[in-house]
Amino acid sequence: MKAAVVVFPGSNCDRDCKLAVERSTGARVEMVWHAETALPDDLDLVVLPGGFSYGDYLRCGAMAAQSPVMRAVAAAANDGVAVIGICNGFQILCEAGLLPGALLRNAGLKYICKSVTLDVVNTQTLFTSAFGEQHEAVMTVGNGEGNFFADEFTLDRLEGEGQVVFRYQQNPNGSARGIAGVTNAKGNVLGMMPHPDRAFEDDLGSADGALVFRSVFA
Amino acid sequence: MLGYHRLMSQCLRQTAAEYGLSSAEYDVILDRLGREPLHVELGVFSVMWSEHCSYKSSKIHLRKFPTKGPRVICGPGENAGVVDIGDGQAIVFKMESHNHPSYIEPYQGAATGVGGIMRDVFTMGARPIALLNALRFGDPAHPKTKRLVEGVVAGIAGYGNCVGVPTVAGETNFHRGYDGNILVNAMCVGLADADKIFYSAAPSAGLPVVYFGSKTGRDGIHGATMASAEFDDASDDKRPTVQVGDPFAEKLLIEATLELMASGAVAAIQDMGAAGLTSSSVEMAGKGGVGIELNLDAVPQRETGMTAYEMMLSESQERMLAVLKPGREHDGERIFAKWGLDAATIGWTTDTGHLVLKHKGQTVCDVPLAPLFDDAPLYDRPWDAPTPQPHIDPAGLPTPADWSEAVLKVIGCPDMASKRWLWEQYDRHVMADTLEDSATGADAGIVRIHGTGKGLAVTSDCTPRYVQNDPFEGGKQAVAEAWRNLTAVGADPVAITDNLNFGNPERPAIMGQIVKAIEGMALACRELDFPVVSGNVSLYNETNGTAIPPTPTVGAVGLLADYDLRADFASAAEGDALVLIGETRGELGASLYLREVLSREDGAPPPVDLAAERRNGNFVRGLIGSGLVAAVHDLSDGGLIGAAAEMAMASDSGIALGAQTALATAAWLFGEDQARYLIATPDAAKLLKTAAKAGVPAAIAGRVEGDALSADGLFAIPLTKLRRVNEAFLPNLMGA
Repeated sequence: MKAAVVVFPGSNCDRDCKLAVERSTGARVEMVWHAETALPDDLDLVVLPGGFSYGDYLRCGAMAAQSPVMRAVAAAANDGVAVIGICNGFQILCEAGLLPGALLRNAGLKYICKSVTLDVVNTQTLFTSAFGEQHEAVMTVGNGEGNFFADEFTLDRLEGEGQVVFRYQQNPNGSARGIAGVTNAKGNVLGMMPHPDRAFEDDLGSADGALVFRSVFA
Repeated sequence: MLGYHRLMSQCLRQTAAEYGLSSAEYDVILDRLGREPLHVELGVFSVMWSEHCSYKSSKIHLRKFPTKGPRVICGPGENAGVVDIGDGQAIVFKMESHNHPSYIEPYQGAATGVGGIMRDVFTMGARPIALLNALRFGDPAHPKTKRLVEGVVAGIAGYGNCVGVPTVAGETNFHRGYDGNILVNAMCVGLADADKIFYSAAPSAGLPVVYFGSKTGRDGIHGATMASAEFDDASDDKRPTVQVGDPFAEKLLIEATLELMASGAVAAIQDMGAAGLTSSSVEMAGKGGVGIELNLDAVPQRETGMTAYEMMLSESQERMLAVLKPGREHDGERIFAKWGLDAATIGWTTDTGHLVLKHKGQTVCDVPLAPLFDDAPLYDRPWDAPTPQPHIDPAGLPTPADWSEAVLKVIGCPDMASKRWLWEQYDRHVMADTLEDSATGADAGIVRIHGTGKGLAVTSDCTPRYVQNDPFEGGKQAVAEAWRNLTAVGADPVAITDNLNFGNPERPAIMGQIVKAIEGMALACRELDFPVVSGNVSLYNETNGTAIPPTPTVGAVGLLADYDLRADFASAAEGDALVLIGETRGELGASLYLREVLSREDGAPPPVDLAAERRNGNFVRGLIGSGLVAAVHDLSDGGLIGAAAEMAMASDSGIALGAQTALATAAWLFGEDQARYLIATPDAAKLLKTAAKAGVPAAIAGRVEGDALSADGLFAIPLTKLRRVNEAFLPNLMGA
């Protein structure tokens, strides 16, 4: 069981993601610097962590999406490797065209850090199978640009195709349809704003995040 | 010719005055140099001898602090304090002020305050693991307050969140005394290996001096002298002296610095903070007993045509100065290139004992280091003993018509109100080790020591209204409250960092506040085995002759050997009994009740009995983890009502306070007697018995039950209303 966490200049949740994956699943985790052009072999999972890559210059994730390593990430996604983008990682996946939609400034215009209760909308995905009969998850958000946006047609398609994975019970940032996490059409790339990497053991207030990582290796 | 020279001398002396040097101080420079200073040399002296850099008004009194202890690895005098937490690990921490810049430009002033204090920590080899801040704003009704709150909070959030260090605790007060001078005190705590601490003293001559980080620009020139002067109505013109921060650059800087240290290439290192290149080069060489020569042409510059003066005084952020081991420059080059930082070898350590600066082929500065470094002026300023305030007798106070209204006034007042609007903007969870923070309902923030079973508790405390009325007792109280807050979560208090904020020390009344507050703090530190390992002094916090309330902020850390054995005040359960530990006489002097309900600010503050603090606190801490403590909250602002209300709201359970007849009602409910804790316990009988055996005063004060806060028929306030009132202040002020 092998995973990689990509580190961009300005990523600050890379260590958290490494620990979360290790503790949740026992998988071996390698850190991959953004300037690398190849990922390690035989990966089950690639994680793009949260943070402020390139200081959020231009747009969140815009510059990181152009990093050399992203070609390899796109290729891996194409090959069916599981990819999870958390917070800034979600923003990077959208900028890279690996996920639909975009993350805009929070509706309240301020950074928000708080606990959120999510509906696990689809427990049949690669990332939520371990939830089983559990349809709620508690995690935290911490972001200034977590407001998910897509046009109505795209939103309808996402809902219809089961690509909406997590929905906020109480929308903290104005996200369209309260969407907190989505997958690509193929179902192997997940982007989510809440942090499973901060909710992987009870000490941290919730272990629901561990279920996301465990689902991938199930 | 003589007339010309006399004119030039006068000009130089005048320039010195503009740079904050007194005529007498200028005479010392003439004497030490044996000649008149060059312009750059004058700039160097002016910043090194500024109050902010030299501590000239406070140093002789700061020596009264106890600074040693079994856990102290490094006390005051370095970039930050270092304490041993066992298992080969150390905690590095300090608190610093950015008051003057934050008043002028709140976002950048606060942001660079956070940036600066982080650099002081990681320059010693510690990865920052937690941030705290203590903020004092003016009257909420003052026209500037809203904008200042908005800017300061956004600046702290913008910087701390981006760098990726959780902001887990702090305090925020509002009082008209800060109308013209807000206070922004930022604290950083970092984790290091105890045998890998890096110091600033350059070890020998002939070593390369390497600059790395961001380029040098014209921002913040004379920031140090600005921080050493009062404000007046022309202060808006000082805007160019506020530094500008780039947290992304700081994140890169942290990683590069820690990697450089891990490579073994670093002999000495210091961040460039106040007085930038000047203070770092002078301090590194001065402490090492060597000289230093810099070639300013090599300094990475952001602007064209920068003068030597500008480069030496610039306070551009996110820059470090390192002295490397011989031949190790290539380690630096590799690491700086990886992280995309500007870097250059800009000089060498020498054996001349002089600071020599060269620019465009000229020597623009050649001064001996001694006068700059350890010959800086030291003043024993005259001071007046503060006038004692009389003790307030509760019997002489009017009784409120409506106790419910009185409770709501206190719980809803700016100082007690929820600061959710503020801390929801701070990332409190990054690094995935936060156990308790501003949101969770505990007396201190707690982060896990990564990869271990240990926890670190952190807090920031000061009650300025106590210090105002009695600087000595107020100083004691600040230290005692920090000690209590750590104790209440189950931590062993280890050490403190002090951030002293006062007015103009040249006024004997203010100097008296400084002297007595330090003495009170020092006494408490000694009696509680709680040494001072680092600190900062911010003076001249005055506008148009009115000083701020004296505010000696105490930042403190404590150790939890096993973080599972921790306590908070959010876990009180229906059916628990409430036991009040400690003695209550009903101290209402300088209390929140007196101010918010009776509109008075007079009276002697609650006295602090340090022996009682020790005895009661050690008892409470020993109970945590025994099963007798479901929840615990120390008592401070708002007395019993304050603690009960906060416990009820955090636990989402009502509290019914019991009857008592010994004291006047206001004295019992709102007295701010010290050395007290409120414990929610499943077994009151056992707790009382254990307390009696330990000689600790303890009595049942009520029960956890229902869904209201009530007291013996005097009032019953539903939790929903209590919460609504407690949460209203900041959203109303900020128009959220």
